This record gives sequence, C-alpha cells and structure tokens, in this order.
Amino acid sequence: MHELSLMESVVRQLRASAAENDIKKITRVLLVVGKMTMAVPDALQFAFEVLQKEDELLKDAVLEIRDEPIRGECRDCHHVFDIENHEFLCPSCSGPNVKIVGGRELYIDFYEGD
Amino acid sequence: MVKVRLATPVLQENNEVARENRERFRKHGIFVLNLMSSPGSGKTSTLERTIGHLAGRLRMGVIEGDIYTTKDAERVEAQGVPVVQINTAGSCHLDARMIRPALEDFDLDNLDLLIVENVGNLVCPAEFDLGEDARVAVLSITEGNDKPMKYPLVFRQSEVVLINKVDLLPYTDCDISQMERDLKLINPELRLFRVSARLDEGFEPWIEWLQKKVQEKKTELRTRSQPL
Repeated sequence: MHELSLMESVVRQLRASAAENDIKKITRVLLVVGKMTMAVPDALQFAFEVLQKEDELLKDAVLEIRDEPIRGECRDCHHVFDIENHEFLCPSCSGPNVKIVGGRELYIDFYEGD
Repeated sequence: MVKVRLATPVLQENNEVARENRERFRKHGIFVLNLMSSPGSGKTSTLERTIGHLAGRLRMGVIEGDIYTTKDAERVEAQGVPVVQINTAGSCHLDARMIRPALEDFDLDNLDLLIVENVGNLVCPAEFDLGEDARVAVLSITEGNDKPMKYPLVFRQSEVVLINKVDLLPYTDCDISQMERDLKLINPELRLFRVSARLDEGFEPWIEWLQKKVQEKKTELRTRSQPL
C-alpha cells in the first residue's frame, strides 16, 4: 500500500503547479504508470479518491492512468522489445545482457483545470 | 480550460534525497546495503549471522525499519552494533527522507558498512531508492518458488539474493533449482547464495562478497581524495 504515499506526492506536485499557474480547480489528471513499478492502478485510483475528498482544488478531478509496457534493449544486438512474463532475455539474440529502457515510468503527464 | 504538462517523476523528491544520502556515504567511504524481503523470511536472523561473521573485521552500523516495534533493533543491539530504529508508523516501506535524520545518530567517520533492514514487504520498498550501494533480498525456500515471478522488481533491482532456510529443503516441496532459474531469468547478473541462518551455514561466500565490496568502496574514496 505505498500507493497512498505515491499519491500524496502526486497531489503535492499538482498543488504546487496549480498555484503557479493560478488554477483553482483541476478537472482531469493523466498519470503514466510503467508496468515495472509495483504501483497498482486500482490502488492509485483509490488513494486519489481518498485524497480528493473535501479538497477544493481536486474534488471534481478525474484521474486517468495510462500504463506503459516494460521495454528492454539488448546491449549486444541493440534490439528493443516489450518484456512480457518477466522474461528478460533478448528475443533476437537470446542474450541476457538486457537494459530496462521502459516500464519504470511514474509521472503526471498533464492535468487540466480552470 | 488550461492544460499543463508536468512530466516530473512522482518519486523525484525521494530520488533527490537519496542522491544526497549517497553522496554523504561516498564522502565517508561507507558501503551501504538495503536489505529487503517479505516478513518471516529470516531477514533479521540473516543479519545477525552476518554481523557475527564480520565482528572485529568491519565497523558496522544498522538502521532498522519496522512499522511499529523495536523487536528487531533489540536483537541487533544485543550484538554490540550501533543501531538506529525507524518506526514508519504504518508506512510499508522506508524512503530516503527517513534515512537522513537517522544518520545523525551514527559516527560516520567510524563506519565501514551500514546495513539498512527495510520493512518486511516485497512490493513497496523496491520502489524507493535510499541512497544505498546495493540491494540485497532475502528469500526463504518456505515462501515457495513462485515468489520471484510474482515480485520481479525487487529481484531485478537486487545484486544479491540470499536464499535462506535451505536446511528445511527436505521438508518442503520447494524446487530450489527452479527458484534459482527464475531469479536468473529476471536478473542474469544476480549473485545467489544459499544459506541457513538457523544453522549458520553457507555464509562464507556471502561474507567474502560483502568484504570485497566494502574494500572497493574504501579504495574508491582513497583514489578520489588524492590530489591530481
């Protein structure tokens, strides 16, 4: 259940940015969550609902979550591929020398408000 | 309606503090371990054995992460090692900000190795960089050989897995070879050590690895601090 602490960071970032941009109400937030993070989208959604309650800035905001696949790049043959079922071997050359290049994302892409 | 693009990582605050912690450890030449596992894997017992093997050879310190109790810290303290307890008060993991104030309680000039025992949990701690040099996971055979595939992040990010409770192998259905194959599939560079904390067996290769890492960190400090 670290989703609540992650969401608290999200809310802190939204608050700071809304204040800078003179936004009084946030209507929509797009959060990008890589599949290699251990953050569960449902739990993030739930945490957001808890935090937005009785909050003037956030109470009408809709949280959308976009997940990103786990991507690997082979250091030997430079093949880039999606990693499924946690098989980190390169499907092209079968080498184990794979660097994770995607799937650890966790950021607010954008938000909308007035 | 206004649309604002942010793209700041949610974990940025944590990662910045982790970077400061790491820099501090580097200046003092302290090798730092982040020890992670599920509850009941024998993380504290493994730590006690490790301290026992290194007593008199390295100057050690321990940070104990626990949700509410001081039970683990008391066990470690009984071995004569300085220990600082962090009660996360409900939080399921340690983060970099919790580590920073705990460092004030150590004499950093007189430490070679700092071991941070994270909260027992295979999920959440994996997400938070503390500023450590290496992550070490303890996985006990009684947890079942499906655990690596269920919690891949923690194993992908670890350098070492201590496979504990191997003395119980005859009494379980655990296929340890399968467990090791899965771990290697998730992270081909993992170092695997089979140990039994209960019987104090199998620790030598792990202790050797640890001493080598501590030495490398010291050498790095000396090389860097020499004037060019």
